[in-house]
Amino acid sequence: MSAVKIYVPGDSSAVACGANRVVLGIERLARERKLEIEIVRNGSRGLLWLEPMVEVTTPEGRIAYGPVETGDLPGLFDAGFLTGGRHALRLGKPEEIPFLKNQERLMFARCGITDPLSIEDYRAHGGFRGLAKALQMQQAEIVAEVTESGLRGRGGAGFPTGIKWKTVLETPGDKKYVVCNADEGDSGTFADRMIMEGDPFLLIEGMTIAGVATGATKGFIYIRSEYPDAFRQMGRAIEAARNAGYLGPNVLNSGKSFELETRLGAGAYICGEETSLLESLEGRRGVIRFKPPLPAIQGLFGKPTVINNLLSFASVPVILDDGAAFYKNYGMGRSRGTQPFQLAGNVKQGGLIEKAFGITLRELIYDFGGGTLSGRPVRAVQVGGPLGAYLPEAELDVKMDYEAFAAIKGMLGHGGIVVFDDTVDMAQQARFAMEFCAAESCGKCTPCRIGSTRGVEVIDRIIAGTQREKNLRLLDDLCETMVDGSLCALGGLTPFPVQSAIRHFPEDFDKPSRKAAE
Amino acid sequence: MSTGGHEAKLGASGTGDAAALWDAAEARRIMETYRGLDGALMPILHALQDRFGYVDDAAVPDLAELLSLSRAEVHGVITFYHDFRRVPPARHALHLCRAEACQSVGARALEAHVKQKLGIDYHHQTPDGRWSLGAIYCLGNCACGPSALIDGETVGRLTPEKLDALMREAEAGRREAAE
Repeated sequence: MSAVKIYVPGDSSAVACGANRVVLGIERLARERKLEIEIVRNGSRGLLWLEPMVEVTTPEGRIAYGPVETGDLPGLFDAGFLTGGRHALRLGKPEEIPFLKNQERLMFARCGITDPLSIEDYRAHGGFRGLAKALQMQQAEIVAEVTESGLRGRGGAGFPTGIKWKTVLETPGDKKYVVCNADEGDSGTFADRMIMEGDPFLLIEGMTIAGVATGATKGFIYIRSEYPDAFRQMGRAIEAARNAGYLGPNVLNSGKSFELETRLGAGAYICGEETSLLESLEGRRGVIRFKPPLPAIQGLFGKPTVINNLLSFASVPVILDDGAAFYKNYGMGRSRGTQPFQLAGNVKQGGLIEKAFGITLRELIYDFGGGTLSGRPVRAVQVGGPLGAYLPEAELDVKMDYEAFAAIKGMLGHGGIVVFDDTVDMAQQARFAMEFCAAESCGKCTPCRIGSTRGVEVIDRIIAGTQREKNLRLLDDLCETMVDGSLCALGGLTPFPVQSAIRHFPEDFDKPSRKAAE
Repeated sequence: MSTGGHEAKLGASGTGDAAALWDAAEARRIMETYRGLDGALMPILHALQDRFGYVDDAAVPDLAELLSLSRAEVHGVITFYHDFRRVPPARHALHLCRAEACQSVGARALEAHVKQKLGIDYHHQTPDGRWSLGAIYCLGNCACGPSALIDGETVGRLTPEKLDALMREAEAGRREAAE
């Protein structure tokens, strides 16, 4: 019998739940029982409540077990899990699990299936076809295809990616750059990390297409330091791609040059803002720049620069491979294609859900997520990271669409969804939003630098019941100043969680008087 | 050179084995290794911290000269970013995730437990130099929280009891990691 192939995710969420210990345990037991095995550290399928999810290859296909702890291993071996034997943790074929089966995976088509560092695997699952097509096209044709697909920046602002690329293509420059924003700092988001750890060639392919399309010859991936595994994995993938001729002075013998390097952030949330990220890449403090000039015209080291979110680049290969019309067919309104939504926080089945725009928040939380982890009622949901609005249960029927969220004073952001049950204290959440802004402000503009600290103080007075009405008005004033007067989204959007908490959950801001009335 | 080359390790402040003593000659060799990179200052600072556990103030004039920057600029960068330390680290580093997803599953209770247990607030070390306590805003483990970083290793689905056990393991040097 040849070695049985066993997949144990190397994804850092799986590792945080014990995947490395599971690998050691499987190896030890296989040795003791003289069984031949081969372990592949795949990416995660995104069914994170089932991690570590172990898959074995059988004649009927892959069979999953999870969540596996080291203590379960002797029982799994006894049950013959290497041949798909019955066990309480047996989940059957992963692709048949409803959470996965009901998704529309374009970007995450390979993640969790392939060996992340195998170029052969990547190619066998459709990889590098988009790049091959791009190399046959004129630059303007590639840009037109991306524009036609309707792809909008997945970092949160939703700016059309094709327009950005067109500007860089048409701006003359002796040197141009492609920069990937992988500073995924929003709480409740992990899609960038999963791609870097689970399907890193996808990002390399997307960035290389951007380079070919705009005439940029060098790219940087700026990865946050909280993602050390992703940083290491991207470094290995870049080396493998270079050795195979996908990067370097002559990409796939096309005569075109494209080089890629990784850079590590250092724990500053603000570096997710594109101009601050560019400053950091240049070796300076992550203080934001005034715009204009736009980075597309004067970006990294003053040169024309394509700077996009990781998920924007990761959307490009499928657009080139299957065509703009195919991609555009997904979605609603002006939000075209698919978005990897990340379901997190107090939710029973958390993980990654790639769906076309237009699904409702309620469907994501209940149909996919199965409600709260605690079993208590959902009270508030924060969408779009720490700068996103808190929504009450009554607004969960909103469709996941840039414009629909703008209409309810929220934002989709990077697609992160954090669920809270009815034990949450929304006044504390509002206070935290200001506290976070104070901790992470770059300090360049006054509304953000000072306003956030004053915001914490005012909310503390409201919580204490000190001149409540007056302080609520003051907070409103302060929020307005921050929205109108801040230079970037950090100061400008921090009022979103604060004001939405007050708007939807006013009772949490009036505890002393309610207590007195009881 | 494809990357900064250095090993990314946020927990470098506290890798269990305590930091190496600052060695100016070795620090200069590290600086030389990475000086050719575009935007070399950040990769150099990471490499120095990986090696010594912190970036000594003695490095500032050398870095300024090497990269044609002012001392103020170098100092500004070191102090801007939360990761860079200017003093040697404690033997072990615990960073708790304070972000919203972890809050929704008990991070605030975990935080109270740890502060009481160690008797210190964020950004401090225990008087015996055994633990430092840091705040971190998101480890990307948001569906499996609450999360923390213990000596650079992300751990999830924490309870006060589980965290206590992991900290005891770290102190005993018994952590098994496959990589």
